[in-house]
Amino acid sequence: MNIFVCVKQVPDTETKVSPNSDKSFIETSSIKWIMNPYDEFAVEQALQVKQANAGSTVTVLRVGSTQSSETLRTAMAMGADDGVLVQAPDLLDPYTTAKALKAAIEKTGRSPDMIFCGKQAIDSDALQVPQILAQMLDMPSVSVVVGFEQSGDSVKLKREIDGGSLEVYETKTPCLVACNKGLNTPRYASLPGIMKAKKKPLETLTLEELNISLEEQRVQFSNFRLPPEKPEGKKFDAMDEGAQPEVVTNVVNLLKTEAKVL
Amino acid sequence: MANILVLAEVSNGKVKTVTHEILSHISNHQVSVLAINDLSEECLADLAQHGGGNITVLKNDSLSEYSPEGFSSAIHNFINSNSFDYVFSGATSLGKDLFPRLAATFEAGLASDVVDFKFDGDKFVGTRPMFAGKCLADVELKGPKPHFATFRPNSLGVSEISPGTVEKSEQNAEISAEVRAKIAEIVKGASEKLDLTEANIIVSGGRAMGNAENFKVLDELADVLGATVGASRAAVDSGYAPHSMQVGQTGKTVAPTLYIACGISGAIQHLAGMRTSKVIVAINNDKDAPIFSKADYGIVGDLFKVVPLLTDEFKKVLNK
Repeated sequence: MNIFVCVKQVPDTETKVSPNSDKSFIETSSIKWIMNPYDEFAVEQALQVKQANAGSTVTVLRVGSTQSSETLRTAMAMGADDGVLVQAPDLLDPYTTAKALKAAIEKTGRSPDMIFCGKQAIDSDALQVPQILAQMLDMPSVSVVVGFEQSGDSVKLKREIDGGSLEVYETKTPCLVACNKGLNTPRYASLPGIMKAKKKPLETLTLEELNISLEEQRVQFSNFRLPPEKPEGKKFDAMDEGAQPEVVTNVVNLLKTEAKVL
Repeated sequence: MANILVLAEVSNGKVKTVTHEILSHISNHQVSVLAINDLSEECLADLAQHGGGNITVLKNDSLSEYSPEGFSSAIHNFINSNSFDYVFSGATSLGKDLFPRLAATFEAGLASDVVDFKFDGDKFVGTRPMFAGKCLADVELKGPKPHFATFRPNSLGVSEISPGTVEKSEQNAEISAEVRAKIAEIVKGASEKLDLTEANIIVSGGRAMGNAENFKVLDELADVLGATVGASRAAVDSGYAPHSMQVGQTGKTVAPTLYIACGISGAIQHLAGMRTSKVIVAINNDKDAPIFSKADYGIVGDLFKVVPLLTDEFKKVLNK
């Protein structure tokens, strides 16, 4: 099977974000970049499918800037066979990103049997690329997947919807799966894995080589700014058990009369 | 004036609040509403009441269950036989899955999870959170029309508008795509309550809950308030709650009217996911916990003592 995984490099979740000077994006100079957390589940699922289907290959793809190629190497250290980096600005719209991924997959000359993505990237939180890519490749897709079973070319997928309910989908390969937390437990890269990953093939492409222009972007972001800060709230000491009933009565009363949310 | 199509969503026989929110903010435009397969008289009247009286119901037996390919093909063909400038929906489970694929069938742009917007003439300018709400950005759409947008529930609010009349038509849906991913079964979640992303009140627990069993204390408070229960990443990673309950950058971003954080210290990634809550109450026995910097009302104390007292007090005040 030809298995592809799309990953994104995003700022660590503990990052404090600040807009850059012309507000066109955020300040990226001191950011610690990590693999998008949801993509870890995608890499893991791809590796499990590879293990269950002898002769499969896992190719990991990333569209983004080259500030660090760690994310692709991490995926290869976990067990992916090769990687493709498409150099692009960090803030690229979902349509153009999907188009670049499609072109990069086609350029490998291998027709995809399964594509795994994280359900969303935690930087722009668009939740668009997997579904757009599937439509562009004329493939079925299921998003927010927390359960995966494969038997031959049949695939059963559990998609999480409102309130923790599940839609159970049946489909066939080729298909695209957008993974959610809970699907599996991503493996850690082993030391031998990390050493081996350094020698695995990593191809670097540009958008121009894929005939993609930034002018094609459908979504334009501007005016990055911090959300307005709330005025300081009221804090009550209820460490002493005797004070608790009064504090609680007081807060509930404030919710009713001051905040007017009851 | 723009020509706007709104996809109406119905859940448990009621039009979703996010559909009302969208409709009530576009009343000065030409608005059409699309419903899939079925719409009760009650929902029709309700939509008209909120300014969505011009309704088309797309019918086809294969639309009785959601499928990404079936829904996007049927709606694509409907849009194609009309001329809309914009197509809007809630950023719900369905909207978030469907709209990217639908927009891609037109090679058109989609602004997702918009929390505020204006029209500059016919031009849509949205505001959306980035990095789970750590910052905001303006979003504009370019390229072929129609342009698409989804709106985060509880963000726009429902404005009062004068109700319109009902004009309903039914159409047979034309599905030209092969539907290859189909729902075989739906497994209902344990909770009948509103999803966190659409809940009006949320009671959330952190690592200090200590175990899954202790979430009962929060369930009791939530029952009195009609709230949905959430959890921090620390609580989920410790196995106290499932990931579907996680609030934060790697869980759900929420915007309720009232958020009650119990035993949550307030990691950056958690604050990002709940900071747009209108009113925040925090209960924590560490007076220096970062959560207090975002709280409108902070209670420094043991949550296992304070929460049951809150439950009793709310019961009294709400006459329950």
